[in-house]
Amino acid sequence: MKRDIITSLIGIVVFTLFCGIVYPLFIAGVSQVAFPGNANGQKVYVHGKLVGSKIIGQNFADVVIDKKTGKPEMSDGNPVTAPDPRYFQTRPSGTTPADNAAASSFANYGPNSTVTLKAIQANIQAYIALDKSPSGTPYYPGGLTAANIPVDAVDTSASGIDPDISVRNADIQAYRIAAVRHLLLATVDRLISQYTASRGLGFSGEPAVNVLELNLALNRQTGGS
Amino acid sequence: MTVSGWLTIILFVTLLTAFAIPVGSYLARVYTGERTFLDPLFLVPERLAYRVLHVDPNKGQDWKQYARSLIIFSLVGWLLLYFILRTQTLWDFTGLNPMHYHSGTWNLSFNTASSFMTNTNWQYYSGETTLSYFSQMAGLTVQNFLSAGVGIVVAVALIRGIIGRSGKSLGNFWQDIVRTVLWVLTPMSIVIALVLVWQGSIQNFSHYLSVDGITGLGQQIAMGPVASQEAIKLLGTNGGGFFNTNSAHPFENPTAFTNFFEMLVVLIIPAALVFMYGRMAGNRRQGYAIYVTMMVMFLGAASVAYAAEAHGSPAQHAAGLHTQVVAGSSGGNIEGKEERFGIAGSALFDVVTTVTSCGAVNSAIESYTGIGGAVPFANLSASEVIFGGVGTGLYSILLYVLLAVFIGGLMVGRTPEYLGKKIEAREIKLVSLGILITPLTALFATALATASKAGRASIDTAIAHGPQAFSETFYAYLSQANNNGSAFAGYTGYDGTVGNLGAHGITFADLLGGFDMLFARYAPILFALAVAGSLAGKRVSPAGLGTMRTDNVTFVVLLIGVIILIGALTFFPALLLGPIVQGLTGHLY
Repeated sequence: MKRDIITSLIGIVVFTLFCGIVYPLFIAGVSQVAFPGNANGQKVYVHGKLVGSKIIGQNFADVVIDKKTGKPEMSDGNPVTAPDPRYFQTRPSGTTPADNAAASSFANYGPNSTVTLKAIQANIQAYIALDKSPSGTPYYPGGLTAANIPVDAVDTSASGIDPDISVRNADIQAYRIAAVRHLLLATVDRLISQYTASRGLGFSGEPAVNVLELNLALNRQTGGS
Repeated sequence: MTVSGWLTIILFVTLLTAFAIPVGSYLARVYTGERTFLDPLFLVPERLAYRVLHVDPNKGQDWKQYARSLIIFSLVGWLLLYFILRTQTLWDFTGLNPMHYHSGTWNLSFNTASSFMTNTNWQYYSGETTLSYFSQMAGLTVQNFLSAGVGIVVAVALIRGIIGRSGKSLGNFWQDIVRTVLWVLTPMSIVIALVLVWQGSIQNFSHYLSVDGITGLGQQIAMGPVASQEAIKLLGTNGGGFFNTNSAHPFENPTAFTNFFEMLVVLIIPAALVFMYGRMAGNRRQGYAIYVTMMVMFLGAASVAYAAEAHGSPAQHAAGLHTQVVAGSSGGNIEGKEERFGIAGSALFDVVTTVTSCGAVNSAIESYTGIGGAVPFANLSASEVIFGGVGTGLYSILLYVLLAVFIGGLMVGRTPEYLGKKIEAREIKLVSLGILITPLTALFATALATASKAGRASIDTAIAHGPQAFSETFYAYLSQANNNGSAFAGYTGYDGTVGNLGAHGITFADLLGGFDMLFARYAPILFALAVAGSLAGKRVSPAGLGTMRTDNVTFVVLLIGVIILIGALTFFPALLLGPIVQGLTGHLY
């Protein structure tokens, strides 16, 4: 009994030093030398400014300014935002505020829940609204309905910071982007295929379009930011 | 459903089997003291460890001594982890708390310490908003290694009991745990962690990043030593993520390749242990029979989950969405799933981590369809014997094997024998208790939580009600009792309303869950070791003509029957109230 207690006390200290300190430091050391970009989060800089991480989704939206006060509109302590039509939009997010990469969380919408239904319906409305040009006509030929919107565009992601969207989701948004940015649709489509990662090993997962990379490429294309 | 989806499942089981066989041989060498290719690296540290620990590795322990060392070592580990969580700010001098998170409260820390010591890794806390890097490393990562090690050594001890030819010794606990950490967990974790960083996982100690964002909206991005913890979290079937969203987070599971790789990592040791068992028993067919049993049930679960999720959910259909595969879109129930993994990669990951005690998630299980969500329920109801946790899976299914031998023996009217050893009243009593204790704990805790006001405080009624609310409560205690740790994450023991400084617990859920985990972990371990002790001293009688064989198809069918029968009889009524109701109806609640 006493023997076991002493051994356990020494043991836990030894294992803590070995597994809890030496091992993570060793991995950090090797990673920082061999893969410094990845180990530090694949930071993306534009004109010297840190604009994001390549593999973390962000909310490509603008703060809504209250016309009367001239200040940002607030809701629950977070500024109200509206999606920026000049950019490809990421998937709906379950975090607060959207795409919060410091507090990832699931939305936890159940399969048979009216809450889920309402959330999906609201996302469909928003997706269709964004596709409307100022004149009221849809950018997407023939217009969008629930039936032809891809599911990933209106269902929340798991992490809340999914960096990718489906190819079909990107293809639909391409019409809007081309019109708003005065680009040829073919140019936008070419960028989409350039930033589409194919399935892992050829079979694992789904082809995924990295939204941040695609939007940065668009900015380079049109010379603006 | 797509061709690539089914291909993912088929290639996965093929590759798993191909890797598990050589790893199984390696493990057998490690635990029988034969020479391995890593000996030159670890023989000296091993000797040093025994000297520091003051143990004589050659001194065999009977089952009671073995159990005593194991329990005391676990208890001391629990105390240190609880202490680290409670005194998080005390370690700020290390510079490993860049976000200055407060120390944990007693209730949440109790739950978390119990969770990691029992290999459950249930997470009521949220990693990136409450824990310092120091707590994650020196606290959680350490228990990821040790709880996995404890699981493995119990399986090894039970095998020694079953095959033992002389005396009562089950081996030496200290030798087994040291060899497990040095020869198995550490080298594999290093390789896995580096593969993950190569693919995009992070490993740093920086302050969280503040980025401007393209539109100037700004974003804060959590950092940390992720890859090192991710590797052992998967390898040890622990499952406690560095981040709140676990393996769905791009820093934990950056690509479709890592998703596939991570699934292999989760199952490699549980699968290899089965082959190790066949080799140690001197009859590889015994291992194959168990492997086939597990694989049949695994493929069944994976197929059902994939088909159900590919079909889509009632809520999606009610909104008018079309959920079939179209060019450029996976379709299906992508709610709570990541685009890069798709439907098959999410459903398979879910099955891989719920048949094992891993409990890592790459998608929100709460958002699975009724039938898709019933699959993890069924996996847990089978008490994690389909591969199961590292070690726990093997020792649990061996208890089922003994029970099947007993039932088979009754049917043909002979004294039941397993590998030449008579299975008698004492063993069957211990086996029955070992098998029943986990389901009973789970059901008792669920009943208590459902019937009490304090238990219902953990349900967010704005999101979940009706069968969904029951499902998430039931899943919480079933998952904790099975030391799994995956969750219908709407159920919480964490009060997030007070902001992100310091972790605040919901006492009832924290305590009930904590005791649920502790009891359902250590009671079966004690029964398994007692069975081992009881079998160790028995004489081996040569197999005769009438001996029931335990390495053929008939036995595999019998074993599957016993597992399903016990799981179904125990849990079917409760399952009807939750996931099955949801699966059978298109009705929304």
